[in-house]
Amino acid sequence: MWMQQLINGVSLGATYSLVALGYTLVFGTLGIINMAHGEIFMFGAFFGLLLAETGVLSAAAMLAVAAGGAAVMGLLLEYIALRPLRRWRGGHLTPLISTIGVGIFLRSLALHLFGPESQVFPAALRGGNYRLGGAVVTEVDLVILTTGLLLMLGLWLLLSRTKLGKAMRATAENEATAALLGVNTEAIIAVTVVLAAALGGVAGALVGLSFAVSPTMGLPYGLKGLSIIVLGGMGNVVGAMAGGLILGFAEVITVQLFSSSWRDAAAFALLFLLLVVKPEGLFGRAHQAGGKA
Amino acid sequence: MRSVRVVLCAVAVLVAALVAGAVAGFGADVAFAQSGAWRFGAVLVLSGDGAAYGNSQREGLELARDTINAAGGIHGMPVEIIFEDSRGERTDAVNAVLKLINRDRVLAIIGPTYSPEMFAAGPAADRARVTIMGISTTAVGIGEIGDYVFRNSLPEEGVIPTTIRVSKEKLGYRTAALLYSNNNDFTKSAAETMERELRANGVQLVAIETFHDGDTDFRAQLTKVLQANPDVLVVSALYKEAALLLQQARQLGLNQPVVGGNGFNSPELYRLAGEAAEGAIVGSPWFPGRDNPLVKDFVARYQERYGRVPDQFAAQAYDGLMLFAEAARRSGNPNDRQGFRNALAGIRNFEGVTGLFSFDDHGNPMMDATILQLRGGEYVEFK
Repeated sequence: MWMQQLINGVSLGATYSLVALGYTLVFGTLGIINMAHGEIFMFGAFFGLLLAETGVLSAAAMLAVAAGGAAVMGLLLEYIALRPLRRWRGGHLTPLISTIGVGIFLRSLALHLFGPESQVFPAALRGGNYRLGGAVVTEVDLVILTTGLLLMLGLWLLLSRTKLGKAMRATAENEATAALLGVNTEAIIAVTVVLAAALGGVAGALVGLSFAVSPTMGLPYGLKGLSIIVLGGMGNVVGAMAGGLILGFAEVITVQLFSSSWRDAAAFALLFLLLVVKPEGLFGRAHQAGGKA
Repeated sequence: MRSVRVVLCAVAVLVAALVAGAVAGFGADVAFAQSGAWRFGAVLVLSGDGAAYGNSQREGLELARDTINAAGGIHGMPVEIIFEDSRGERTDAVNAVLKLINRDRVLAIIGPTYSPEMFAAGPAADRARVTIMGISTTAVGIGEIGDYVFRNSLPEEGVIPTTIRVSKEKLGYRTAALLYSNNNDFTKSAAETMERELRANGVQLVAIETFHDGDTDFRAQLTKVLQANPDVLVVSALYKEAALLLQQARQLGLNQPVVGGNGFNSPELYRLAGEAAEGAIVGSPWFPGRDNPLVKDFVARYQERYGRVPDQFAAQAYDGLMLFAEAARRSGNPNDRQGFRNALAGIRNFEGVTGLFSFDDHGNPMMDATILQLRGGEYVEFK
């Protein structure tokens, strides 16, 4: 049974991690929390579903469409809700409020476009199950876990090994200095927001594939994603991945050892305890790469 | 099989249409022997968000009225209904009830549609000593408002005891796992009733697991249930959570029969859960497919007149007016409000389209629900 709960924890945690990656990327570079991330995540799921409903039953194509659609939304978010505020030097709170607004708008839009009902992906795309020493693993779980690991690896390589990553880190460290040194910071910020949105879209499509798609699906995941980046260290990619898995395990273990009605309470109590011991988060540094603090 | 059923349905509808047409033809010529009429009021949500409920109720009442009048009325006098729109608002409901009592001088009132409206309008009718009967109010404590306040709508709490008793009899389970959403008043209170009824039927609860509305991953809870290995899964959840839970349960190898609460009455359950919902058992206050001549006749005539299958609201409204007619028949005087109330309160084992009906001492319904099972995406009577 512990084998099954282990698998449950990994697959739940992996979905959390995927959501958290997008948050952490934007926070790391811009020092703001994108409250519309959960809704972009939801739209990603709907983009994937729309493609699947046209009869294209390929997980790769579905993820590509979800990422592409969400990336376009990220670009719009940057140009409509973030960039104008930066020009007015609104501080940290204004983009928080404006992204909350975008989130509410997107949720209402989804309700109008797709209706309030939950929808599921065609069974053919969801694949089957594998048995692993008495425990059950679904094909979707494996896809989520591999995608999560690959995206984390890619992101880490991008940030630490490429020139673009260097520019992103420089912008995060100090936007003005980076601009003085010849980094096109506005373009770097746009790329970051678009990349984060694309990650959110992929996460949404995977969660939708695993469970169901509905206009409100972004809310709980958004909340969990936020807690995870606090847990993992704001702006830290490895921290987001590890934080997601820890939260997933904490929830599953609470259900197994205590009671399911304590599921969220115990998971968040653990988060609280970790932060008391290590206020900067698991992988955070005292002076965070978020830079703006 | 399917085509045979379609043909049978078509034949049934045609026959019913012919009969109904003939009856209606006679009905137009019925001359009422005595002057006077049985004048009832109906306060329904006929506009706004809940208009769909109110209009179904109106259709059910009109069909019942025309059926009674076509058969010569009651004691030679026709039934009249004065409809009032409450728009779902408590103040409008109270005003409508007072108008019906004082200006239109009705014998008794059907409605209002919503429980909060009844909690406002019921006391007003009770003070005026005019019978008022809810046909869709399911909140606890409606009948207890006063001697003149009744209802014929079976609340969810009234469906569960039958669901548990019948499913236990047929499936013979001894141990059960109860799974429910504990941040929703309806699913939680239904789960409490389930727990009580399971214990009362001698079933041992080997696992009780909870989750929240909006949760999507239930595998941690289900893995725990798997260890307890119950004979049956009892689930109280909205259709969306129920669908995801069933899918994950089947995935993990929990293949026990499933008994559900009201969330399982939604066709959405099968659309979302597919095969995982096959065989699920649920109780319902109304089932249009029930194998009963009264039900078949009602469904056929309703379909012929309004072009669709009557929903729960239409069926309970139809039975509501039929109950009023029975009380009128027993009391015999269209101006005696007291006599009408006593006659209504005395009704026992009345056969309506929603089932065999009696009032308890408070004017709340006592009746058995119909137990349904999902088979191939359709609800059929569980036998």
